Amino acid sequence: MKTSTEAPRREYVDGATAIVRGALDAGCTFFAGYPITPASGILMAMMRELPKVGGVAMQGEDEIASMGMCLGAAMSGAKAMTATSGPGISLYSESIGLAIMGEVPIVIVDVQRLGPATGGATTAAQGDVQFVRWGTAGGYPVIVLAPSSVPESYSLTVKAFELAERFRCPVFLLTDKELAMTLSAVDVDEYPATRGAERLEKHEGLPYSWEPADAVEPMRRYGEGDAFRFTGSTHDEGAYITKNPAKVAASNEHLVAKIEAHCDEIEMVDVDLISGAETIVVSYGVTAGAARTAVERLRAEGISVSNLVVQSLWPIPESALATAFEGVERIIVPELNMGLYRREVERIAAGREVIGVNRIDGGLITIDEIMEAVR
Amino acid sequence: MSAITITPISTFRTEDPYPFCPGCGHGPILDRLNEAMIKLDLDPTKVVIVSDIGCSGLSDQYFVTSAFHGLHGRSTTYATGIKLANPDLEVVVIMGDGGTGIGGTHLISAARRNIGITVIVMNNLNFGMTGGQHSTTTPEGGITSTTPLGNLEHPLDICATVGVNGAAYVYRGTSFDRDLADRFTAAMRKPGFALLDVWDLCTAYYVRSNKFTRAGMEDSMRSWGMEPGLLYDRETVEYSVGYRAAHAAIVGTPVAGARPVPVGYAHTLDRPMSIVVAGSAGGKVRSAVRLVALGGIRSGLWAAQRDDYPVTVKSGHSVTELWLAPTEMPLTAVTNPDVLAIISSDGYKKAGPYLAAMTAEDLVLTIPDHRDLETQARVVVIDPKSAPNRIPKTSMGLVYLSAALAITKPYPLDALRETAGAGSFAEINLEAVETGIDLATG
Repeated sequence: MKTSTEAPRREYVDGATAIVRGALDAGCTFFAGYPITPASGILMAMMRELPKVGGVAMQGEDEIASMGMCLGAAMSGAKAMTATSGPGISLYSESIGLAIMGEVPIVIVDVQRLGPATGGATTAAQGDVQFVRWGTAGGYPVIVLAPSSVPESYSLTVKAFELAERFRCPVFLLTDKELAMTLSAVDVDEYPATRGAERLEKHEGLPYSWEPADAVEPMRRYGEGDAFRFTGSTHDEGAYITKNPAKVAASNEHLVAKIEAHCDEIEMVDVDLISGAETIVVSYGVTAGAARTAVERLRAEGISVSNLVVQSLWPIPESALATAFEGVERIIVPELNMGLYRREVERIAAGREVIGVNRIDGGLITIDEIMEAVR
Repeated sequence: MSAITITPISTFRTEDPYPFCPGCGHGPILDRLNEAMIKLDLDPTKVVIVSDIGCSGLSDQYFVTSAFHGLHGRSTTYATGIKLANPDLEVVVIMGDGGTGIGGTHLISAARRNIGITVIVMNNLNFGMTGGQHSTTTPEGGITSTTPLGNLEHPLDICATVGVNGAAYVYRGTSFDRDLADRFTAAMRKPGFALLDVWDLCTAYYVRSNKFTRAGMEDSMRSWGMEPGLLYDRETVEYSVGYRAAHAAIVGTPVAGARPVPVGYAHTLDRPMSIVVAGSAGGKVRSAVRLVALGGIRSGLWAAQRDDYPVTVKSGHSVTELWLAPTEMPLTAVTNPDVLAIISSDGYKKAGPYLAAMTAEDLVLTIPDHRDLETQARVVVIDPKSAPNRIPKTSMGLVYLSAALAITKPYPLDALRETAGAGSFAEINLEAVETGIDLATG
C-alpha cells in the first residue's frame, strides 16, 4: 500500500497500452490482427511485446484471417486475443459464430469508432454496443466488458481472459477511440499486476460435454493426449456432425445455459448510490467520465443523484440494475449513439422514466449535457 | 521387461465408409492421403486435418487424427494458427475449389509466408454439395447450374497463383495419378507451404453436364494452359521456424512496463485547468502537449490529453485538449478552455466552438494571422517572427504552450525545462521552451 508520505507514482499512458499489459499479464500467447484506426496501437504493441514472452503475434492478410489464426492457435493451446474497430467486427462476424459454436476462448477488443461503414476513423462513438452482442448468426450469448478508464482497460482485459477461459466463449472488450488513445496520468499502484489463471485443460476424451447444461468442459489442445475433433457444425460431444434433434438441442441449449445460468459471475457495475435519490445516471465506457463528474458537481450543488457505470454490458447486469433502480423515478442514459443501450435499461426500468442523452457527431457527451438532463 | 516392437499404424482411416457419390474422386484422394500418412509413420495424435466447407469438408470425419472443421475458405487461416502455436504438429488442409475461391487471399498469404502446412485441393470444377454451381476453377464454356449457357469466366490457376507467390511445393494432378500418395508424402516432408491441386470428377454434376471424363481431364488441363506435374519445388524457411528464429534474441527479455514520472516540483493549481492547442497535423502538437502534461505530472498534477486529427498523417488539423488537475479526474471533453493556443490556420478553422465558449478570465494565444478573431477571452498575439531565431513549424506547439505556462504558471517552468531536457529531441525542445517563455515575458 502507498502511504500519503510517499511521492505519487504516476505514469502517462493510454488505454491501448493498458490493454496490452493486461493481455500479457493474463497469459496471452497469441495475437493476430489487421491494421485499423483506432485499434492499430494494440496490434503494434503486441507485435513488439508478445515474442518476449514466447508468444506469437501476427498481422493477418485481413480481419477474417486474423480471427481464423486466433481460433486455430487457441485450439493448439494458446490464449488468443485480437483487436479491431467496427468495420473489422463486421468481418469477424462468421468467426465469432465459429468461436461460439466450437466453444473457443478468445478475447476480442473492439476499439469503437464512428459508423456506419468506414464512418469516422479517428472519431469516438459507442455504436457497436448491440452489434458486438448480436454480431453473428443464431443469436447465442457472448460476454461484453466495457472499461471506462485506463486502469479499467487493464483490469477488464485480465477479466476478459478469465471469463473467456471460464465459459469457453468469445469475450469482447468494448472500448473506443478516446479511451484507447487518450493519454492520461494514472496512479501506477492503481493497477497492480495480476496474473491470469492457467487454462483448465484435459488431455483425454471428448472435447464437449453438456450434462448438466450449464457445465463447461475443460479444453482439449491439439498434440496433447489422444486425437480429438473440432467443428463449426451442429455436433455431438465428440464434435461429429449430427442432426439428431436431442443432440442438437443439448448442444445449443448448453451454449445459452453456460452463460445465462452464471450471470452472477459476470455481472460487474460500479455503483455510487445516494439513498433517496430520485434520479440515477446509467452510463458505460468513455461516457462514464462525464457522468461521474456531472454527478459529483450536481451533488456539490445539493442535488441528490445516484450514479451507475456498467462494466459488464452483456449479459446485461439485470439484478444490479434492478437493485439500483429501487426507489428511483428517473433514469438518465448518456451514450454516443441514439439510445442503443437505453432500450435494455427501459426493459429493466419497469415503467420508470428513462431519458437518453445522445450524441453521434463525433464529440463526447459533455458534463453540462448530463447535468442538464438530471436537472 | 520385454522388448517393445513398434508397429507402424496400419491405417489412419476410421471404419466408416466415405459418404461421397459413386465415381466421385474424393474417396480415392483421401485413400492416397491415408497411404502417405502410413508411409510417413505419423503419430495420429500429432496430425490435425483442417477441412473446409462443401463435400471436401466432410473428409476429416473419416480419419483418426485430430480435426478442425471450420468455415468456408478459411481453413488455411485456422491451419496457420494451429501451426504457429505448435510447430510440431503435422497440419493438412483439405479444401475444394469453392474454398480456394472464397479464401483465395488466405492461400496467397499462406504461400507468401511459407507456413508449414500441406493443402490438398479436391478440385472438381464446380460446387458439388450445393447444386452444381460454377466455381473459380470451372473452365470457360463449362456448363453448370449457374452457367447454363457456358461459363464466361477464366478458370483460376491455383498452382500458378501460389507458385509465383513463394510456395515451397506445388503439384497439379488428378485423383487417378498412380503416384499421388508419393506426392502427398513429398509435400508433407517439405518445409514450407505445399499445395496439391488434385482434379477429380464430380459425377453428380460436372461430369453429367459436360460429358467430362477421366481420359479428357489431363488433356483438358493442357489445353487450358495448366500443366500437370510437380510445378514448384524450392527450399524455403518454414514460417513458424523463421518467426521463432527472428525473435529468439528477445524471448525472455522484459515486456514494456510502467514508467512512473518522478515528482520533484509543486504545482499551484487549486482546480482543473484546460489548455487547447489548435494547429496542423505534422506539427508535433500532440508531442508538445505530452511534454507539458509530463511537466505537470512531474509537479504532482494529474493530466490527460485528447487528440483530434483527420485520418491523414501530415495534412489537415491537429487539435489537442489537455487537462491539468490537482485531483484525479475522469476523461471528459474540454468545452470552454482556460487557455487556447492557435498556432496555424488549420487549427483556427477548428477553434470556433472553443472561442465562442471562452470568457473574460480565459486566455487566447494566437499567431498574428488571426489577431482579429472573435472571443470574450483575453487575446495575446505572439509573433513568431519576433523570436531571435526562426521557429520551426514542428516547434510552434511547444513555443506557444511554454508561453501559456509562463503567463498562467500552473506549475514551475523548471519542471517543463527538466521534462523537455529528459526526452527525445532535448536540444530542440529546450530551445522551444525558452523561446516561448521569452516571447511571453519579454
